[in-house]
Amino acid sequence: MKSNVCKLFAMAAVTAAISTAAAAGTLDDVKAKGFVQCGVSQGVPGFSNADDKGNWTGIDVDACRAVAAAIFNDPQKVKFTPLSAKERFTALQSGEIDILSRNTTWTYTRDVALGLDFTATNFYDGQGFIVHKELGVKSALDLDGATVCTEQGTTTELNMADFFRKHKMSYVPVIVQKADEAVAAYASGRCDVFTTDKSGLAAWRTKMKNPKDNIILPETISKEPLGPVVRHGDNQWKDLVTWVMFVQVNAEEMGISSKNVAQIKADSKDPSVRRLLGAEGDMGKDLGLSADWAYNVIAKVGNYGEEFDRNVGKDSPLDLPRGLNNLWNNGGIMYAPPVR
Amino acid sequence: MSDIKKPTKKSFLYDAGTRSIIFQILLLALVVFVCYYLFSNLQANLDNRGISTGFSFLNQPAGFPILIHLISYTEADTYGRAFLVALINTFVISILGIFFATIIGVVMGLARLSKNWLVARLATVYIETLRNIPLLLQIFFWYFAVLAALPSPKQSYEFADFFLNKRGIYSPNPISQDGFGIVIMGFILSIFAAIALIVWAKKRQTRTGLWFPAYWSALGTIVVITFIAFAVAGFPLEFDLPVKSRFNVTGGMVLPPEFVAVLIALSTYTASFIAEIVRAGILSVSWGQTEAARSLGLSDNITQRLVVLPQALRVMIPPLTSQYLNLAKNSSLGAAVAYPELVAVVMGTTLNQTGQAIETIGLCMLVYGTLSLTISLFMNWYNKKMSLIER
Repeated sequence: MKSNVCKLFAMAAVTAAISTAAAAGTLDDVKAKGFVQCGVSQGVPGFSNADDKGNWTGIDVDACRAVAAAIFNDPQKVKFTPLSAKERFTALQSGEIDILSRNTTWTYTRDVALGLDFTATNFYDGQGFIVHKELGVKSALDLDGATVCTEQGTTTELNMADFFRKHKMSYVPVIVQKADEAVAAYASGRCDVFTTDKSGLAAWRTKMKNPKDNIILPETISKEPLGPVVRHGDNQWKDLVTWVMFVQVNAEEMGISSKNVAQIKADSKDPSVRRLLGAEGDMGKDLGLSADWAYNVIAKVGNYGEEFDRNVGKDSPLDLPRGLNNLWNNGGIMYAPPVR
Repeated sequence: MSDIKKPTKKSFLYDAGTRSIIFQILLLALVVFVCYYLFSNLQANLDNRGISTGFSFLNQPAGFPILIHLISYTEADTYGRAFLVALINTFVISILGIFFATIIGVVMGLARLSKNWLVARLATVYIETLRNIPLLLQIFFWYFAVLAALPSPKQSYEFADFFLNKRGIYSPNPISQDGFGIVIMGFILSIFAAIALIVWAKKRQTRTGLWFPAYWSALGTIVVITFIAFAVAGFPLEFDLPVKSRFNVTGGMVLPPEFVAVLIALSTYTASFIAEIVRAGILSVSWGQTEAARSLGLSDNITQRLVVLPQALRVMIPPLTSQYLNLAKNSSLGAAVAYPELVAVVMGTTLNQTGQAIETIGLCMLVYGTLSLTISLFMNWYNKKMSLIER
């Protein structure tokens, strides 16, 4: 009996400890422990994917590395937690991770009811379909009666249902717990179609046995703005994660990249550039960072364009076009508020 | 000895009874306090983070599809309905799993005791293999290795109006027409007739000692009467036949591979444990019982059925209950291969779309608790019924 009572007290103490830890500022916690805990996917090439040595790469991984560079001036001070789609929000809500950077779509319910805050969009995406080539399907509107595989716990699941309902088409849903098992089910022929965001389709296609035997249909059936997510209620941390992204977009717009940033900082007379790079004034104080945090982000991780090309764009196996993700003055919709 | 006084009334505080009551009250207060603390802590943290709570989400439209639903369900239905669909799927797989596991288990248990060397060895191999491989692995094996190796829908195996391919087993779906009520009436009537027959046979046996094949004739009665009703009503049944379409075989009734894989894995795995329980039960009945039965001139079959098995059952029922409980809880592994049972639908999709982690997990715990307690209650009742009546 006595030991049971002790256990109860221990439990109460632990819960109390957890609750106080979560109430403190995330930035202070991160500084105290010395790294950023970042929730990523279980492997989507181009977004977050670990190689055989356990090194993570991808555009979502770089989002976390950029935050680490801003805080610690070291993009390696990140620890990654691979999460399935259905685990991700609970992991963030419970404080297990500091940032959720896992190709997560910004939606009303998630932003309003789940205790989450979306920061900035780092990839504008839309849902599409991939089919076995031998079926001869040319359009998503030909899919009446098809069997569709998808991952559980995603917006994809709902968009798919809406799409088929809207077009009065029947379908057989096979909803699998993990993305790689859903793709395996598609590859084994359990399904005619696999559906997820189009960037994801391109990524999975590179992993398939014969990529050319699978075609991505032209239709885009939804808007999927993807970006890092933080817990609701910690405004300082939210501002930090948001502005790390904005600074990277602004840097690309100003023509500052990881290659020329040191030189520009030394030479530039442009006050907006000098402000951004910390050569003038102190932009970091109110965020709780050093004055040159933006310089560190650009020098260590690069601007948004570099990040895109390296991971999903022309320098990567995915070779996705910039499209919507181009800068606003280049035909896309990537637009960041000015650094003033 | 006169020193010894009669025990005088002790001080109130030193009275063992009073003290234990005080301790009980203190402990209860502590438990209540800790529960209250945990609950209010949870409430405060949820409020802090702006996470909405409550069960009102059950009335919201779900918006997601479910592969297998025995009651009508569309994306426009509510989360509550989706919960019900998942609940039924869990019940169905558990009950069918228990049914098949028991049959396979008893057969394998008897086979392992067989005098035939080959049969006994085969049963041993079966039991030792399946018992020692993790269940999740077995489910994956059936789903990804066996059923996925079947041909694609275009190359389905066909037999009359039945199709078999990697998307499932398709069969004609009977649809009742006008006048099917007569058949149902006939069926109910035949069951009453069968019960009456069994009661009569028992009474006659007690009275005269004459034996009558009551169960076989009861079965015959049901079949014959139902068939006559069916014929009188003019065969009011039509079949919705499966046909090949562009992508799939459509129409008819379908058993998807998710269901088949989980059912096979659950029943064969649990059967390997049940087989050992059956073997232990039979071996626990002393050999003298069999010898006594033989010396009375009873046949081997009757000896097994009326002498050995009833005594073996008493040993078997308690461990059997545990296996049934395990099977019901293991059905949650179906989530891994897209079988839409409770964990997949409620703790997977519903949790993720609504973010109501505590409510959905609470619901699931409640369901598994209820399911397990029901099985337990039933088995305890059966145990009491079968146990030795001591006079």
